Amino acid sequence: MAHVVIPPIRRLLTRWGIHPDSHKFPAAGLDIVDAGLPPLLVLPLSQQAGAPARAVVKVGDHVLRGQLVAEAVGHVSAHVHASTSGTVLAIGDAPMPHPSGLPGQGITLRPDGLDRWAPREVEPYPINLAPEEIARRVAAAGVVGMGGAAFPAAVKLALGQRSGIHTVILNGSECEPYLSCDDRLMQECAGDIIEGARLLLRATGAQHLLVGIEDNKPDAIDAMKVAAHPYPEISVVRIPSRYPMGAERQLIHTLLGVEPPAGGRAADVGVVVHNVGTAAAVWRALRHGEALTERVITVAGGAVAAPRNMRVRVGTPLSWLVERAGGLTREPARLVVGGPMMGVAVPDLDVPVGKGASGVLALTAAEVGEREPSACIRCGSCVVACPVGLMPLEMANRINAGELGQAEDIGLRDCLTCGACGYVCPSRIPLVQYFAHARGELMARERERKRLDEVRELTEARAARHEREAREKAEMHARRKAERAAAQAAEAAAKAAATQEESA
Amino acid sequence: MNSPVQASPHALSRRTSGHIMALVMAALVPATLAGFWQFGWPAFCLWAVTVLSCVLAEALCLQWSGRRVAPVLSDGSAALTGWLLAMSLPPWAPWWIGVLGGFISIVIAKQVFGGLGCNVFNPAMVGRTVLLVSFPVHMTQWVSPQVLAQGTDLAQAIAIGLNGGIPDALTSASLLGHVKTELGRGLPLVDAMHGFLPEQSMLGLRAGSLGETSALLIGAGGLFLVFKRVIGLRIPIGFLAGLCIPAAIAHAAAPQAFLPATTHLLSGGALLCAFFIATDYVTSPSAPFGQWIFALGAGLLTWLIRTWGGYPEGVGFAILLMNAATPLLDLWARPRIFGRRIGGKPLDARRAREVTR
Repeated sequence: MAHVVIPPIRRLLTRWGIHPDSHKFPAAGLDIVDAGLPPLLVLPLSQQAGAPARAVVKVGDHVLRGQLVAEAVGHVSAHVHASTSGTVLAIGDAPMPHPSGLPGQGITLRPDGLDRWAPREVEPYPINLAPEEIARRVAAAGVVGMGGAAFPAAVKLALGQRSGIHTVILNGSECEPYLSCDDRLMQECAGDIIEGARLLLRATGAQHLLVGIEDNKPDAIDAMKVAAHPYPEISVVRIPSRYPMGAERQLIHTLLGVEPPAGGRAADVGVVVHNVGTAAAVWRALRHGEALTERVITVAGGAVAAPRNMRVRVGTPLSWLVERAGGLTREPARLVVGGPMMGVAVPDLDVPVGKGASGVLALTAAEVGEREPSACIRCGSCVVACPVGLMPLEMANRINAGELGQAEDIGLRDCLTCGACGYVCPSRIPLVQYFAHARGELMARERERKRLDEVRELTEARAARHEREAREKAEMHARRKAERAAAQAAEAAAKAAATQEESA
Repeated sequence: MNSPVQASPHALSRRTSGHIMALVMAALVPATLAGFWQFGWPAFCLWAVTVLSCVLAEALCLQWSGRRVAPVLSDGSAALTGWLLAMSLPPWAPWWIGVLGGFISIVIAKQVFGGLGCNVFNPAMVGRTVLLVSFPVHMTQWVSPQVLAQGTDLAQAIAIGLNGGIPDALTSASLLGHVKTELGRGLPLVDAMHGFLPEQSMLGLRAGSLGETSALLIGAGGLFLVFKRVIGLRIPIGFLAGLCIPAAIAHAAAPQAFLPATTHLLSGGALLCAFFIATDYVTSPSAPFGQWIFALGAGLLTWLIRTWGGYPEGVGFAILLMNAATPLLDLWARPRIFGRRIGGKPLDARRAREVTR
């Protein structure tokens, strides 16, 4: 393992971000337990970034664990597999972890309790596989980014092959408060992660791999360093603890000192970032032929009796997880899937967790905080906190005034919606909500503009066609007329000639 | 259990606007108490009257505009404005000065613009400047310090507050005012400065407003705010640099005509301004580069006005002038966005790629 440290000057010059209360304990200090099989599982069809998957089973079918139940549609999508053996009860609308609270498409599965696997393709030495084959098998196992965004991992690998990646970064920062699933995974399954990381290196053709871990996880750093020791191409790097260190671009900048250009991808600077959980899932998929059917989730929050990290089947309802964590000690003020900074608030405990869910939080009113907004005092805390260098207060001002275009001019599109500004705001202004609204509105306007453009183009084309037809008609008329005139003239001339001849 | 829309983040920092105002007031307490000790009951009464009139004016405006009074008043911003205004008044000024100043600060400088966060100019400085221009006599009558030792009681304080007028035996000139007059008469600076020692300014044993006499305690309060991360260091450092650097250069070039930098630093409320007034969130830029320009500009203007202006004291005017520039500074001096150049164009990916190799 090569020794890599962040230059002190870069630490010193990094001013962005916030230091929220971590709330990682007690869950971070306890080992991962198995959450077991709930009575019903709901497999969301849209649990990955991109297009929803299409169901390939029928109601009443018996499926085995790891069997494909819904297949990817389009370029950016991922397969969904049954997370245990059982019977398909329903396919259709089910409660989903979506901010709107609206139901989404899902496959409801009743486990038979046997938990039998479908046939698995075991590969003793997956590192010898060709890069394309690795990407193919990762796609077949339905692996997505486990950090939260759930971007299909195979799509990222394919992208890497095309754009000349030199460095793979494994994101072990886990900067969100409360969450410790990556921390525990790195402590308990460091070997799997490092083996998965080597497969990612091979699949992308990169030469170096950096594992960035925040310095508030010393045990994880130690475990990963031990596991990475035999491999000179892999370095485990301590990075400063601050939110949002786990944001892709911020992590790249911290580790490599290079800023990925705005509007582009990390691959533009020759880097690709994967979560540590993704690496472990890739290893399991290739070595053991296991599709992605479970993940580690932190169940925590002030209203949870015994916060814990659990190995959870995809599709398990929140109510089951909360029960496994000792139940609720009091009525939670807010239920969140994901972390407290960027997670999704859900209306009740009926919703299932997807592949991208890293946490299930039941937060008390005290943890959520008093949220009555007051006037902006322009304190500039949000400007200091913003990891992108935006001026959230100015953007919110403009959005408030309906000047979305101006808000865009001063950087609305560069916003990560990380929530650092909303966290620090002493006036409790829901800044992230403003920005999400404005982006949605701008997108709607853009769509509308495109539609109008299309309509206008069609109308113009039609007008042009009509004009052309009219012109052609007129030309034809003119030609006919000329022909007729010429014919008449010729006839007259012939007649005249005939009379002349006759007279002669 | 849940309301329909619950936007992230689902956690909040504990600091609220009210906490910030309370911290600023806490930082003002030592200097204010020292002022009360020096100037006796009249100073306390004037302070109380000014603060109360600001709160009352705010309440009336909120009531009148049909907004909820209690939650807005409880953020403490009106009381803080009144406090800062009182710190900048002559401690034995009649009460109506405080009442009028409070109403001008809150009604004209703040609520007319839309209330907290919407005002362009620092309310306390607007109040003080209007008073200074309108009532130059009352606003430049300073009382000698340590009157408490000679004994003032509440009855005397009420008499002074209602009728105004300081007994001639107790009046004194502030340093900047005195020097301006003497230099105007053509006397050399050494004679004008006779009898003024920097130690006096540090401890506050001289004539002046509550906020300018005790430089040491004001500075300590300011550092407390910096330590508590209520204010940054950019504006205080920038302001003091903008004031002291030109002063030091001019004094080095012509010691007979220009006051030394230490005098500028320790008198006329320069420290109060650097830590408490220029750093007012609402009327100062919120981005780093803009803050530097704002602070350096305010400091430089203060020195220019003190040196060549018609008034001996320039802090109020300088702050108001730079307040006017704040919206432009916020527009032009925005921070560089991550992954973009200063103009807003994305960085060059190819170059970044070469760096990482």
